[in-house]
Amino acid sequence: MNADEARATVLAVLATIAPEANLSELELDVEFRDQLDIDSMDFLNFIIGVHERTGIDIPEEDYPALETLAGCINYLVAARPAG
Amino acid sequence: MAEFLMPSLGADMTEGTVTRWLVQPGDHVDRGDIVVEVETDKADMEVEIFEAGTIEQLLVPQGEKVPVGTPLAIVATAAAPAARVALPETSGPAPPLAEAPKPAAPSPAAPRPRATPTARIRARELGVDLAAVHGTGVAGAITRQDVEHAALRRAPEPAPRAEGRRLLVSPRARLLAGERGIDLATVTGSGPGGSITAGDVERVAAPTAVAAPSLPSGPAVEVPSGRPRAAGRGPIAALMERSNREIPHYYLGIEVDMSRALDWLKAENRKRPVPDRILASALLLKATALAAHEVPEVNGYFIDGGFQPSATVNLGVAISLRQGGLVAPAILDASAMPLGELMRRLQDLVARARAGRLRASEMSSGTITVTNLGEQGVDFVYGVIYPPQVALVGFGKVTERPWAEAGMLGVRPVITASLAADHRASDGHRGGQFLATVAKLLQEPEHL
Repeated sequence: MNADEARATVLAVLATIAPEANLSELELDVEFRDQLDIDSMDFLNFIIGVHERTGIDIPEEDYPALETLAGCINYLVAARPAG
Repeated sequence: MAEFLMPSLGADMTEGTVTRWLVQPGDHVDRGDIVVEVETDKADMEVEIFEAGTIEQLLVPQGEKVPVGTPLAIVATAAAPAARVALPETSGPAPPLAEAPKPAAPSPAAPRPRATPTARIRARELGVDLAAVHGTGVAGAITRQDVEHAALRRAPEPAPRAEGRRLLVSPRARLLAGERGIDLATVTGSGPGGSITAGDVERVAAPTAVAAPSLPSGPAVEVPSGRPRAAGRGPIAALMERSNREIPHYYLGIEVDMSRALDWLKAENRKRPVPDRILASALLLKATALAAHEVPEVNGYFIDGGFQPSATVNLGVAISLRQGGLVAPAILDASAMPLGELMRRLQDLVARARAGRLRASEMSSGTITVTNLGEQGVDFVYGVIYPPQVALVGFGKVTERPWAEAGMLGVRPVITASLAADHRASDGHRGGQFLATVAKLLQEPEHL
């Protein structure tokens, strides 16, 4: 997965979690939590959404790496789908 | 023949709009089928029917707003004639309307009191039980006037003002307030001597559109079209005001060491695939549900001057809506549910709450409510009980704290659990036992 695909995937999932947000203004390095109205349930659903779209098995320990848009892109580009 | 009525989907609901019928005349329905979508000023909801039968006629067209208790449809049932499909039957008693007297729900077995048709309609509008009305008409039949007199008599006694004066209320205003379920104590009078006029009640009944409170975060929040909701604050405000006025709250708090629970959860989630992972919230909810089962004085309703404990724990969960506002639907029979199942229900409930797809039974059946404000950085919650429930459990944020145990000092993740409880239903001793039970259960997460 390249960076553009990763970004598109992340934004598509976020759009389902926070449908009211204007994602085009999302900042790369600020935590989602501080930019969107997201709680732990939303974040879990975000992880599930990314997992479902990419097949990447994301362990809980890696969650902190996925708290910003830049972090997500780096993570997804580096990751390989499970199995 | 039975009437399917506009249910009360929460103690603060007085009317609802039929947004979509999911059945047509001639359709067969089973108990629990969702037959109609209803919009209240708080949320959209799916309403189930609680009797099997065939839909005979739809009485209220889509888009129409009607008071709670209005017949929405006629259902041909196998049961006795003239049976009423009353409010959704939940395992607890349906909470009464805010301030309004309980809607008349004649039991199917009771003989129909003699009354004129207009009296019946008026009784339904005003929530008057015809069985309790003395008829002055032909052959003792109840007339429309009898019903209105009865409504006036049982209109809520005005709560004394601080200085103990009775409210001055015009009869028309009192009738209107009873009709709309408005507490006269919350109305500011503009009449002579500060008396409350019908116009004053009208103004309270139809508050000007309240702007949804803007969310604390999020740039350029756009309200998605199709689901605009000046959410929450109006009805919730009335409910909370009633709670604070009527319920003698007491508050207790306890610090809970969360290290065992969180360690266990981490190990458990490592074994679980992404979609099956469990949030710490689910542990807190399960511990609360089990503790409420053990200490029944915090679980149930305070109705008609008495506490009615509930055999099951229908755990209300305070969920903030994205558009602003708050709902507290319940997870039915939560104490009996395995943790994984409880987590799935919580996930489902949050998603449906935010999408406006809650069910009637979920809105009206909570026996105790939990609010978790930890994500907002709050340490301690001083809760306001949802009437007619008798307790609200709050959880704050998990923080690292110095913690002494067995003579050793260490740093542990600690959460403060708090209880706001109704002193008419329980005392501090039992409330304390409840919180201690929550804390103890969280030390044995593998049993949750």
